[in-house]
Amino acid sequence: MDQLTCKNLKLGYENITLTEDLSFSVEKGDYLCIVGENGAGKSTLMRTILRLQKPLAGSIEYNDDLTASKIGYLPQQTVVQKDFPASVYEVVLSGCQNSLGVHLFYSREAKKRALDTMERLSLSDLAKWCYRDLSGGQQQRVLLARALCATEKMLLLDEPVAGLDPLVTNEMYDLIKKLNDEGITVIMISHDIAASVKYAKHILHIGNGFFFGTVEEYKKSSAGSAYLEGGEA
Amino acid sequence: MGNLASYFAYPFVRYALIVGVLIALCSSLLGVILVLKRFSYIGDGLSHVAFGAMAIAAVVGLSDRMILTLPITIVCAILLLRTGQNTRIKGDAAIAMISVGALAAGYLLMNIFNSSPNISGDVCTTLFGSMKILTLTKSEVILSLVLSIVVVILFIAFYNRFFAVTFDENFAKAVGTKTYLLNLLIATVIAVIIVLAMNLVGSLLVSALVIFPALSAMRIFKSFRSVTIFSACLSVFCALLGIILSILWGTPVGSTIVVTDIAAFALCAIIGKIKG
Repeated sequence: MDQLTCKNLKLGYENITLTEDLSFSVEKGDYLCIVGENGAGKSTLMRTILRLQKPLAGSIEYNDDLTASKIGYLPQQTVVQKDFPASVYEVVLSGCQNSLGVHLFYSREAKKRALDTMERLSLSDLAKWCYRDLSGGQQQRVLLARALCATEKMLLLDEPVAGLDPLVTNEMYDLIKKLNDEGITVIMISHDIAASVKYAKHILHIGNGFFFGTVEEYKKSSAGSAYLEGGEA
Repeated sequence: MGNLASYFAYPFVRYALIVGVLIALCSSLLGVILVLKRFSYIGDGLSHVAFGAMAIAAVVGLSDRMILTLPITIVCAILLLRTGQNTRIKGDAAIAMISVGALAAGYLLMNIFNSSPNISGDVCTTLFGSMKILTLTKSEVILSLVLSIVVVILFIAFYNRFFAVTFDENFAKAVGTKTYLLNLLIATVIAVIIVLAMNLVGSLLVSALVIFPALSAMRIFKSFRSVTIFSACLSVFCALLGIILSILWGTPVGSTIVVTDIAAFALCAIIGKIKG
């Protein structure tokens, strides 16, 4: 079943078109990697899916009870967050904000959900730690937990391994793979073409040469083979 | 101590104490958000805007200057806080621009139209608050009491959302939180506090009250909730101590409170270092 269908999307800002005629769909349980050059519109695509900005043309359909606000989002870290005095629990709990509705405070279920998610990503021991005192990998795991609090269906990850060392990078990939195996749809922006090909089920390549299809097809395609060779050289 | 008790027999001393503490409380609550959003200097910027607006009000001849000052300051606060990633002029530059511009324009207007016999006295009052806090009327005290209660209630009610918006605005927006309205609310509350506080204690003190308690709390505490609570407590304590010391020593109220805040910051920094 398709959870997300994008039809003829045209992305960009007022006068600048980044990419045009983008059509693809994402199934339940899919693992999609979005690859492409810098400035090709990968982040813009993600922001459009999240309804943070409007497409210049085209449409996005959400199915399977999915709305933009039910998608778990892991953005790139901002400067503000690096020295933010917040405990891990507070950050993870803020992932439940779409369950607040008109209420002012988090319900008991929301708090339990935050605690369970921390358990799930083995963050329970760090609950009272300050976010700024964590290592880069731990911080990403906290943000992943926050994203998981917002969704049971789909995660959108914007370069989740940027700035992590190789060991932690692999841990992060394994963790994401595990969540995907548990049935959560994963859409990820990645510059790590080797890992994308290794873990993903589908690849969306935008920018210089558009491609959408399975990993096998991608390896054979012109866009993919050029990119893969470039990545390995 | 008996000396101090005799001072408290005067209503103006009690008024100064009440208003000083209330403003310290409100500005420290919002200060945590502002410092984390990288808007530490907004207090200074907005108070200069309020000064410029006051100059206009004086030139036009409005009897109640608040009618003009408050809306202009609120609009500027909204414009300043509305900075996203795509704005041409970044937050700090925008604040600096508006701050200096409004101050200069206000002073110029006052000079050209010569509305008051004592211009430099007026400017000094605006910037340093000088003796205003000791000449508060009962209605001013009640006004600040009501507004402080509103601010504290708003802060507690929207605490979770304020945290979410401050920590990660994009995420908050993505999961459907109305970040635009929240930012509008934050900007409005800040503008109201600053206009009020500037009238009562001067713009120098406003900035200090916004920045110092929040920064001091961040030296020691590790969660947003504890930082907020400690910052509010510390701010109230410093304001109380500052006012009492200024009465005993006969020093200017505003600057005494600021110096007390600086001392508290130094203390917190040391404690933070020792705790590691």
